[in-house]
Amino acid sequence: MTPAQMDKLGIGDDKVYGVIGEFSDPHDLVAAGRKIRGMGYTKLDAMTPFPVHGIDDAIGVPASKLGWIVVCFTILGILTAQGLIYWVGAVNYPLVIGGKPLYDVSYSIPVTFELAVLFSAFAAFLGMWAINGLPRLYHPSMVYKNSHRASDDRFLLVIEADDPMFEPAKSADHMRTVGAAEVEVVEG
Amino acid sequence: MSEAVRQHPALMEVNPPLIRAKDYHDLTEQISEITEGDVFKTPLKYWITLAITGSITVLLGGMLTFLVWNGIGVWGNNRPVGWAWDITNFVFWIGIGHAGTLISAILFLFRQKWRTSINRSAEAMTLFAVMCAGIFPLFHTGRPWRAYWLFPIPNTDLNIWQNFRSPLIWDVFAVSTYFTVSLLFWFTGLVPDLATLRDRAVTRTKQVVFGLLSLGWRGSARHWRNYEMSYLILAAISTPLVLSVHSIVSFDFATSVIPGWHTTIFPPYFVAGAIFSGFACVMTLLIIARWALNLNNIITMKHLENMNKIILVTGSVVGYAYATEFFIAWYSGNTYERYAFLNRALGPYWWAYWTMVTCNVISPQFFWFKKLRTSIPVMFVLSITTNIGMWFERFVIIVTSLHRDFLPSSWGYFKPTWVDICTFIGTIGLFLTLFLLFARFLPMIAISEVKGVLSYEKGAFKDQEVVAK
Repeated sequence: MTPAQMDKLGIGDDKVYGVIGEFSDPHDLVAAGRKIRGMGYTKLDAMTPFPVHGIDDAIGVPASKLGWIVVCFTILGILTAQGLIYWVGAVNYPLVIGGKPLYDVSYSIPVTFELAVLFSAFAAFLGMWAINGLPRLYHPSMVYKNSHRASDDRFLLVIEADDPMFEPAKSADHMRTVGAAEVEVVEG
Repeated sequence: MSEAVRQHPALMEVNPPLIRAKDYHDLTEQISEITEGDVFKTPLKYWITLAITGSITVLLGGMLTFLVWNGIGVWGNNRPVGWAWDITNFVFWIGIGHAGTLISAILFLFRQKWRTSINRSAEAMTLFAVMCAGIFPLFHTGRPWRAYWLFPIPNTDLNIWQNFRSPLIWDVFAVSTYFTVSLLFWFTGLVPDLATLRDRAVTRTKQVVFGLLSLGWRGSARHWRNYEMSYLILAAISTPLVLSVHSIVSFDFATSVIPGWHTTIFPPYFVAGAIFSGFACVMTLLIIARWALNLNNIITMKHLENMNKIILVTGSVVGYAYATEFFIAWYSGNTYERYAFLNRALGPYWWAYWTMVTCNVISPQFFWFKKLRTSIPVMFVLSITTNIGMWFERFVIIVTSLHRDFLPSSWGYFKPTWVDICTFIGTIGLFLTLFLLFARFLPMIAISEVKGVLSYEKGAFKDQEVVAK
């Protein structure tokens, strides 16, 4: 891996990923997140075993843009289906069967609907992974000693190192003041 | 939801998550340990069952090989019944799949929390049922290696295009879209749980396998936000999709001019029947899984009772549809239409018709009684009779309509061959084998979703064991 790539992924001996604070209750996590954000931090994240409601507002997670991507692909699906049915039936291979028209909206509806659904589903699936930057094999947060419990029963709050206010020792103190049971400065 | 429930405790009574676990970790343990146990220590009853269903799957392989080798003449289809067991089985399996999508998508949109402990297995069932369904049209082509001719792929060996005026091509699109979307939806739901298994893995193999499958999921709040949006969209598009699939399957019949098929009631009637049979099949599987894997805490009597209520409703809708069909046949004044229906009930296939009515219309009515719909043996037997009844419904619609059409000189009587019978039994084996493997090696309950609907008060789970009964 080149240094530039490592830099982009936040990996390296000199890199600090951020401060992780550990909570055992989702309500505590949301309350702590709100306080930390109130201190002026902007680059925050949380790692939780299930989507904790209220955390988005507490730490400022922007709304998902996925809906717009999916709408575009839904329209693309409709156009693809209509184009396919028209071109195949009326242009490239016109064949009169039972006196029916070579193209008509009525009989194109089922296939158009199915292709719109198919395109939307792929957009919702692949789009979500693309926005999330997944799949990836490694992430610096996995260095944290209890990161494996973030998929079980622990709720982690993260102040990321690229936050302008981030200072390892001070930020760790801030994390302790909002009630984190365990606090660790995690290196990339 | 937890916020709303804390403010209005009564909501919990109406719409509880129905799970018993001491805390989040206990829930992870309860579900993960099924998949994590030593393979050699799996109970013997599991291996014996798997050996039986596996042998039946081998039978399926044998039958399909025999079919391809000899041609589809080994099936009983012939004039006038050109569509027989193969299409019956196809519609039967597709219908079974629909309950999975209904539970995972429609109940999700209606915020039914109780679905969380059954949706994963219902979705898996959908996939396996659609696989079984696909086998029949695929092999009915006679040359399954030419199956790509069904899709609009430019090819030089045929040099023609599909006819988009035919409902059969709509069916190709509907069923392949349905399978693909169900697979994406299922896998999306599975990823956070695969991450849980990855984080708990103790052997190198498991770490690598679950590490790759979980795509590096780390539960970041930003990821969850997009994830929830993706899940919502997939649920929202699966809902009309599932309704469209069985409507399109019914168009295969409804757009023809055969008496008994050419009716506008088919789409809603097929969809109701699909949900009915699918729920019955989920019941059968869940009762077995609950017993074999000790899931009484997670799949509670309340779940089973709720599903029985849906079976009662959809069974009654199906009964109403049978009555409407008969009424319209009489009211239409069309001689052929009237004859087709009288012939169903009183003709040479009367036994199939009355089996259907007994199993589909009469047997679910027992669920009006609370005592019966909360009794495991009763619901197990009724779920099986429903499946039998719904198979016969498709058989009745397809075979009785075809065997006597307009001209008495072309009447006939269809009998299945041993290949027909063994192929159908074989797909049951394939279905059960896949389900058993899934139940043992993947988390059968959606861990992250169940955690999301548990509403533990802060610190309360330390001394409060039961969330909801």
